[in-house]
Amino acid sequence: MKFQAEINVMPKKEILDPQGKAVSSSMKNLGLTTIQNVRIGKHISLEITADSEAQAKELVDQACKNLLANLIMESYEFTIVAC
Amino acid sequence: MKYGVVVFPGSNCDQDMIYVLEHILGQQVVKLWHKDTDLQGCDFIVLPGGFSFGDYLRSGAIARFSPIMTSVIDFANKGGYLLGVCNGFQILTEAGLVPGALLHNTSRKFICKNVHIKAATQNSLITNSIDLTRALKIPIAHGEGNYFTDADTLKLLQDKDQILFHYCDENGNITPESNANGSLQNIAGVCNAGRNVFGMMPHPERAADLELNNTDGLQIFESILTLMHS
Repeated sequence: MKFQAEINVMPKKEILDPQGKAVSSSMKNLGLTTIQNVRIGKHISLEITADSEAQAKELVDQACKNLLANLIMESYEFTIVAC
Repeated sequence: MKYGVVVFPGSNCDQDMIYVLEHILGQQVVKLWHKDTDLQGCDFIVLPGGFSFGDYLRSGAIARFSPIMTSVIDFANKGGYLLGVCNGFQILTEAGLVPGALLHNTSRKFICKNVHIKAATQNSLITNSIDLTRALKIPIAHGEGNYFTDADTLKLLQDKDQILFHYCDENGNITPESNANGSLQNIAGVCNAGRNVFGMMPHPERAADLELNNTDGLQIFESILTLMHS
């Protein structure tokens, strides 16, 4: 079976995100004064061939832990759908 | 003693490192291609600076899985000496061979300039002959050199004397202003708990030739040679 994973990798909350901070301040320049705490991460999509959704989840989890995210500085979450 | 400098696609400080080891210090040096797995009997391995795999995903994240890294990790786990400079340091953190991670510089800018660093301990192969009161002028050239680790790991690094260098001003004062990339506690270099794997962001190989008018980096290489050949 084929599955599609949509993965979000984000800088950990305790880590300063200078990119997000710069974007936050430009929101004020845009007049969007109620938008704050912008944080910027990565979105990764990928396809997996697996016997079951559980197996697909396991594989994506391994990919995230070992390569797609660095758990010292990032956290990750993902969703999986059959395609 | 035989030194091996690993070359990844995108490494660009490999030749500078080889030049210093071979021509300035008169050592035997071989290049190790990242797709090989044979370390050719080297006694000391260097992961040089550059932009391995274009810094895709994260700096060092892809290089960490190159075939040679299986042998390099095995070599380090058996106590072999391993130095990572700049991108090499990033690869070491990605491989979990030294603690911590290297975040984007807080300015988000690529910084290429001379900075000053001060050795924090003489209890390591790469710092044993360095005067701890003296600021060394060594260049940095990176976009992701902001050293980070969690509070527990930082305490371990401090307790076990694993912090090797701090960024400082030209008089040796460790100040926020001299911390160009925003590193935690001005940390510029660390070693592992086994004290055989060393990572640093500044480039000693770019400050080791009289013709460059700066040989402060030689102190690091001379420290290595002093112990490796004793």
